[in-house]
Amino acid sequence: MELLVASAVAVMSGVGIYLILRRQTFPVVLGMAMLSYAVNVFLFATGRLVVDMPPVLSEGAAGYTDPLPQALVLTAIVISFGMTAVVVLLSLGAYIVSDDDTIELGEGRE
Amino acid sequence: MSHWIIAPVVLPALLAPLLMLLVRNDLRAQRVLSMAGTLGFAALAALLLVQTAGGEISVYRLGNWPAPFGIVLVADRLATLMLALTAGLALAVLAHVLGTGWDARGRHFHALFQFQLMGLAGAFLTGDAFNLFVFFEVMLIASYGLMIHGGGRARLRAGVQYVVMNLAGSVLFLLALGTLYAVTGTLNMADMAVRIAELPPDEAGLLRVGAVLLLLVFAIKAALVPLQFWLPATYANAPGPVAALFAILTKVGVYAILRIYPLVFGADSIAGDIGPTLLLPAAGVTLLIGMGGVMGARDLGRMAAFAVIGSIGTLMLGVAVFSAAATGAALFYLIHSTLAAAAMFLVADLVQAERGNLTLQPGPRLTRHGLLAALFFTVAIGVAGMPPLPGFLGKLMILDATRLQPEAWAIWSLVLVGSLMAVIGLGRAGAALFWAVPREPAPASGKPFAWVGIAGLLSGLVALTVAAGPTSSWLNATSEAIYAPAPYIAAVLGNGVGQ
Repeated sequence: MELLVASAVAVMSGVGIYLILRRQTFPVVLGMAMLSYAVNVFLFATGRLVVDMPPVLSEGAAGYTDPLPQALVLTAIVISFGMTAVVVLLSLGAYIVSDDDTIELGEGRE
Repeated sequence: MSHWIIAPVVLPALLAPLLMLLVRNDLRAQRVLSMAGTLGFAALAALLLVQTAGGEISVYRLGNWPAPFGIVLVADRLATLMLALTAGLALAVLAHVLGTGWDARGRHFHALFQFQLMGLAGAFLTGDAFNLFVFFEVMLIASYGLMIHGGGRARLRAGVQYVVMNLAGSVLFLLALGTLYAVTGTLNMADMAVRIAELPPDEAGLLRVGAVLLLLVFAIKAALVPLQFWLPATYANAPGPVAALFAILTKVGVYAILRIYPLVFGADSIAGDIGPTLLLPAAGVTLLIGMGGVMGARDLGRMAAFAVIGSIGTLMLGVAVFSAAATGAALFYLIHSTLAAAAMFLVADLVQAERGNLTLQPGPRLTRHGLLAALFFTVAIGVAGMPPLPGFLGKLMILDATRLQPEAWAIWSLVLVGSLMAVIGLGRAGAALFWAVPREPAPASGKPFAWVGIAGLLSGLVALTVAAGPTSSWLNATSEAIYAPAPYIAAVLGNGVGQ
């Protein structure tokens, strides 16, 4: 399972990094979404991967799975969801106003 | 346990939705409420500053959960200093906004402004690394809205690249926190310091990766080379008063480095060499690129933005040697450079309002030409760090504190050459904008209170010069506390939990 999770994180971050280096906004937005999936799975793994364990200490179980990373992932999902919405609206606005959807470092006030 | 600590976060958090829901169509009521809220924020910041001025460290446990299990807010001298600086800057910026009518050019300016204050206050006060991430996001979401306030083609396009850059930064922040959590099993900064001191040396690799990732995140926020590319376009295209408020956002990166690196990755820990080895060269190049940009910029907005990068370079040279004396000097320069950079953006905003552009070419004579020229000249003296304004003292203190470092020759020549470049660049801008103009005066315009914010910032700078002695000895005490974190750790963890 470690191999599966690690390769999933690697593939998603690779795709994400490739996409955010593109010039058009649409691939960049997709890339940001990919990167945030990668980081969410990564956060999930930071509490160590275990299968079929309760999230709290209990007498009967042999061990427990760390509940804190799951709470962190939840927070991160909410934030990245909101951020994706913001960046979609913003790049749509920029595209409509300027009829150009490239991301470039502008030259001062135009 | 004092409940006042959380008040600077709660007050704007409650006020912003009120502004948005209750009085969204009444600009006058928004202005009154926003000003009242910011005054209240400033009063709270002053109260906390006075409470912690003697070196007390007060801890606020949210939900009364003991650290490291719950989230804590910590008010110590460093945090309340930054809070008070934010409050002072916010008052000046808001006065400028009301005086120039910037808030009428788009919707929800005041609500976003209050959310920005909430994010800043939370980022300065929190004692938990993941909570720091959350408050960074609050701060950034508000700044996205403020950045594109008023709209326009160039501003929206600059806004997109600003947002994308910061989203990538947020992803890096999460990766860094995940790595550190995987190694230490905690997110509370004080507890992390304790755990890292006990860490077996064979776990050093992962820890060092986490420390470098975290440094990258803060370097993006502080606009350190090679992560400074987003700043000039963003600040030059943001509305003038918003760019002035953003002068504190770059300092959040510096604050986070000062808060976390001496505490968690102290000099004798297994990741203690990362801060100095990476930051010192980066700070030097940042200083040169910033001041080079000041010399080469073709409009005043970009010049002010590059001056911000240059001042971050100077500031980080003081921080990067990680010694108590140099950090005390850097904190003094931090206060000065925040106020001076903000004043420069506000002056640029007034010039823009009268000229219609900021290109550094001779143009028409401005209304209130003499007043604007005098303001620009005074602020330029501050930005370049020349006497009598306190930037000069700050640079002198940084030079003096790094005198005995092995890299002193590099730091001294960089700071001195950088100052010369800033003087040349700002002098060129002043000559182009204010000197070579026709004699006929332009028709008068009616915004008599537009200069109040700038006057406030300048009087802050003058007060800092007058009170330089007591301020700098207080800042030295503050910075000694940064490098002796035992009382901080004891205060946060209390009753020996985790020790």
